[in-house]
Amino acid sequence: MSRRLLPSGDSALLVECDSLEEVLALHDALAADPRPGVLELVPAARTILVSVDPARIPLESAATWVRRIPAEAVSRVAGAVADPVTIPVAYDGDDLAATAAALAVSPEALVARHTGIQWRVAFIGFAPGFGYLVSDDWPFEVPRLAAPRTRVPAGSVALAGAFSGVYPRQSPGGWRLIGRTDATLWDPEAPEPALLEPGRRVRFEAIGAG
Amino acid sequence: MTRLHVEHPGASALVEDLGRPGLAHLGVAASGALDRGALALANRLVGNPDGAAALELLVGGFRARFEGEAWFAVTGAWGPVMLDGRPVPPYTAARAHDGAVLELGTAARGIRYLLAVRGGLDVPAVLGSRSRDTLAALGPEPMVAGQALEIGAEPAASVPVVDQDVAFPPAQGSVTLAVLPGPRADWFTDAAGTALFERPWRLSEHADRIGARLVGPPLGRRRTGELASEATVPGSMQVAGDGQPTILLADRPVTGGYPVIAIVAPGSLDAVAQLRPGQEVRFRHA
Repeated sequence: MSRRLLPSGDSALLVECDSLEEVLALHDALAADPRPGVLELVPAARTILVSVDPARIPLESAATWVRRIPAEAVSRVAGAVADPVTIPVAYDGDDLAATAAALAVSPEALVARHTGIQWRVAFIGFAPGFGYLVSDDWPFEVPRLAAPRTRVPAGSVALAGAFSGVYPRQSPGGWRLIGRTDATLWDPEAPEPALLEPGRRVRFEAIGAG
Repeated sequence: MTRLHVEHPGASALVEDLGRPGLAHLGVAASGALDRGALALANRLVGNPDGAAALELLVGGFRARFEGEAWFAVTGAWGPVMLDGRPVPPYTAARAHDGAVLELGTAARGIRYLLAVRGGLDVPAVLGSRSRDTLAALGPEPMVAGQALEIGAEPAASVPVVDQDVAFPPAQGSVTLAVLPGPRADWFTDAAGTALFERPWRLSEHADRIGARLVGPPLGRRRTGELASEATVPGSMQVAGDGQPTILLADRPVTGGYPVIAIVAPGSLDAVAQLRPGQEVRFRHA
């Protein structure tokens, strides 16, 4: 497993991995072995930004911690840090039928697969609380919409590429909508503002479409 | 109750403090005053803690009326500060009486005023900060005419006697910024690396709290292709497809898909906050 340490200013390192799997494994390993002075781990598709308070841990020490930490590229959903969060979904999204057809499965089979597997939040992107969810057991690659919607309602459950996600608030978006949830994904007033954060495991549960 | 009634917000009037660091993993940038030194100075001038919430005011054209007596100080941009039509020296604490009207004229140097009021602006905190994040739409809404801001209780510290010589107004003419190596410097040609440090740059019209876009010789790429989005830090200079760099600032998206050639050092970011469109910028190694 290779990791390259790239400079990112005087209080952060950018750690580059070869694959998302390695990012997930390294993120788990770093999160499980926290060091005083390490302020934050910000994973993305190929990288983790490690930001530190240089007065408490020199960047060089943080670099040594990252270089030496053992991390096996294991299953994306192994070693869950907490119980998975369950998100109830009404699978009546506008793109469900067309997406299933494009993947050569029935809508029922697509929903069964989406609800039957455990997901993991790989990283947050696009908007506060918007988790990019991955699973070893998700076989599909879903193309984005050719023309993004200008308004995707909050709570829309969607697919794009190898990812699933839930729109935390109304926004524009090019992911394919397969359902919707009443779960609150993002509430800046709450003690835990984001339902999904990197490393969190997730299950979707089908509820009757209203 | 002491209040500040906004009669004219000017180009932009935003409540800012030192922001909400540590939430990038949830997709939230730190936000906060762009000119943090000016925020701290304005607060110190009126005896507040450095991070008390204040108003960040773009260019000028701001007018507000005090309800109740209050100390205030204006720092950051350098321009005419008038209280009831009489000039107040910038970078000093002054006392406004009940009903006094404060007006900020067009800045002569710099572009962002910081207006601190003794006691701080008492607006609800969101995720631990009273800062407006203009991209994520977090924190207090931008000020509009007719809005009233509550002023907090007076701090324990008295209004200090400060030597005004410690304060420097924003630079005119060419500004030199210190930069650190960026994570993707090796995506660029040697000529690009040389041009970054040896050629003059100018701030474009596209400059806000999210990023400051510069204009100069296109920075050529050695490595083409897409970069998977990755986390950035304040000051990251990302280079878009046209070769022009943008300095990402407090309200930036927390991840970006353009390669970062270099990073403006934290000590130079306050100077970026005060650059005016067209102003010359040069870079040196930190």
